[in-house]
Amino acid sequence: MRQQSLPRIFYRRGVPLWRDVVVLQWVAQILSAILVIGFLIFFISNVLSAANARGLGLGYGFLQQAAGFPLPESVLPYDPSRSFGYAFLIGLLHTLRVSVVGIVLTTVVGIIVALARLSTNWLVTKIASTYIEIIRNVPLAVQLFFWYFAVFQQLPSVQESIELPGPIYISQRGLYMIWAEPTETFGLWMVFVATGIILSGILHRVLSRYQIHTGKTTYPVATALVVLVLLPAAGWFLVGANPLAKTVPEFGRFNFVGGLTLTPEFAALLTGLVIYTGAFIAEVVRAGLLAVHKGQFEAARALGLTALQVLRLVVFPQALRVIIPPLISQYLNLTKNSSLALLIGYPDLFFVGKTTINQAGRAVPVFVLVMACYLVISLFTSGFMNIYNRRVRLVER
Amino acid sequence: MSGIVPARVRPVATLSWLQWIKKNLVTPWYNALLTLLSLALIVGALRGIISWVFVTADWTPVAESLKLFAVGQYPIGEIWRVGVILAMVSFLMGLSWGAWGGTVRTFAVALGAGFIFLALIPIDLYPGNEDSLDLLLRLGFLLNPALIVGGFLLGRLPAIKSRLILILWLLSFVLTIVLLLGLGGSEVLPRVESGLWGGLLLTFLLALVGIVASFPIGVLLALGRQSSLPVLRIFCTLFIEMVRGVPLVTILFMFSIILPLFLPPEIRIDRVLRAMMAMTFFAAAYMAENVRGGLQAISKGQYEAAKAVGLNGFQTMALIVLPQALRAVIPAIVGQFIALFMDTTLAIIVGLVELLAVAKAVLNSNVQWLLLDKEVYLFVAVVFWIFTYSMSYASRRLERALGVGER
Repeated sequence: MRQQSLPRIFYRRGVPLWRDVVVLQWVAQILSAILVIGFLIFFISNVLSAANARGLGLGYGFLQQAAGFPLPESVLPYDPSRSFGYAFLIGLLHTLRVSVVGIVLTTVVGIIVALARLSTNWLVTKIASTYIEIIRNVPLAVQLFFWYFAVFQQLPSVQESIELPGPIYISQRGLYMIWAEPTETFGLWMVFVATGIILSGILHRVLSRYQIHTGKTTYPVATALVVLVLLPAAGWFLVGANPLAKTVPEFGRFNFVGGLTLTPEFAALLTGLVIYTGAFIAEVVRAGLLAVHKGQFEAARALGLTALQVLRLVVFPQALRVIIPPLISQYLNLTKNSSLALLIGYPDLFFVGKTTINQAGRAVPVFVLVMACYLVISLFTSGFMNIYNRRVRLVER
Repeated sequence: MSGIVPARVRPVATLSWLQWIKKNLVTPWYNALLTLLSLALIVGALRGIISWVFVTADWTPVAESLKLFAVGQYPIGEIWRVGVILAMVSFLMGLSWGAWGGTVRTFAVALGAGFIFLALIPIDLYPGNEDSLDLLLRLGFLLNPALIVGGFLLGRLPAIKSRLILILWLLSFVLTIVLLLGLGGSEVLPRVESGLWGGLLLTFLLALVGIVASFPIGVLLALGRQSSLPVLRIFCTLFIEMVRGVPLVTILFMFSIILPLFLPPEIRIDRVLRAMMAMTFFAAAYMAENVRGGLQAISKGQYEAAKAVGLNGFQTMALIVLPQALRAVIPAIVGQFIALFMDTTLAIIVGLVELLAVAKAVLNSNVQWLLLDKEVYLFVAVVFWIFTYSMSYASRRLERALGVGER
């Protein structure tokens, strides 16, 4: 045993404390915890004193006060006498609206471009890759400025708006298009639609299980599709009056009335996000499809599967496994990038948050709320997609 | 054992150009249709674009504001500092090319070609000034390719070691900041307030500071996330995931508005510096994830071998694991730099005058230019595109040269 020149308390099992791994690790952890917590306390105490000096609390009571600022557009009825909390809710809804619509459209764009990129036609491939290389290498903010200031703001005035078949009218004030409006019987009809979706899902599952177990052809996809179409169709006639009514934009005294209206801000933001993210998704999808080995196509064809079956049963399940993780992060990027709405004046979460700070001056609580919303959206989306990912993941023996 | 048959590569079918056209453009029938449609699209788009660019478009706001786009409000008498920095970068790029060879060549050649293009561009670089200044500027641009070649020749000398070049790069970074900012009370280098920095200069500076400063933080965060100490791991993971879960604009905004509240009232941080801190904060989380990818690629055997040789934990990390991990993530870091370079446009939200903000200011500066948004924003888009595309092209070459993804 080594000679111990210091008091016993400095040794544990004969090892000096400053050489004992366990002790050192604990010291490191405690020190880092003290450091982090110390910084937080320092920051928070500063915030508290600054807030007290200005007579602003850190609570969320102000959310019930009247907001006092107008919003350029709103999905729910809104006027400046409504509360900050309500304005905030509208901002959140706006973020969700542009994200959800954007995610759906950008997926479509991405898949089309990916297929064009993989086409056997040389020209089509070149067009698709030009699109990808241009869009991915220009910052989204520049693209949004271009769409909003150089395209949507310079469209003809309302009186001379461009008319497209539909009818769709495009002008400086935005896009007006024909739309379907729910009537009183819409709720009842939705019951039929929901039943159709659930029933066809169950049928598909049961029939395909039966087919796998017994080897008899049961046409699971066809049956499910028939149910999916038939039930809502039957419901359409059974509920009496039409559940959806057509509403067509018509030129009133100063502007269009009726139909669906997309403001130029929303349209520019949506266009920018869809085109930008579409280029990234195209690369994700392409990589996924290329990751499926060529031998898989050939083997599936050799087994006698039809071209459609090869895609549905062999290629897609394998490609999806590669595609989904990066696709999730692209969807999240789109949602986070929608905060650039501030640049062009679309009242999303961040826009309302910033206006609230200007109006009420409570930077810290508003900011915590905005960040928390984005975090929750991120966690929710990635959680949801991870569950899906787990389902399609390769089950190894 | 003489029976080994050398592997042979399948001969590549060579097509005559007619066969090529037939295979890629005409058969089957729907391919021919697609070809026709694509041709119509390309011809229509090209005709529209060419006639617009050369006939309809009015490029005066761009041509008259080139200085603003390049350096913003940086005083015209002090622009030589930017020239010195460019010369320094050119020389170091040449030196690295000479010492490290092919992988840096693409970057160096692209840089040189860019300068030659700038020197020969048929636009009045100094509108409203004498021609001698214009000529001087062009000569300055032409000096840079010469410096690249000079650096290249010098870099091939065996006396120039990699470590020396790395140190010079770091020094040049520090020198860049010192040169741009100047020293208070100095005669030769009077102080230039950071509020006057702008344009492409600021764009590059924000991205560079972000990536350089986030590097050590990102490495530490990645190590922390991999650590066996639960407290450290939780802190690092929380930081990384929280930063990655929110948009960059919120972080920029936080540093611009909330940070002053977090600090005692005596401490005032400059606006540009706050934006740089925000970029660093944001980039560190992404850098950590990149580095973590590299760390995970290191096999367990490397740790065990290091332990067997008698290295302690710190030495294992510093001498064995990190050098390999970082080499593997160089392309990812270049990619992150490109992304950060594009993300600097968001600094417009906190009032910095980077390239995009210059564009907006130029448009608002003259009533006659009010409707010329298309020209100005397209110009900005093209400038960004040239930089990001050449960087990503070079990075792809680098990736191939490093052989990442092939092992």
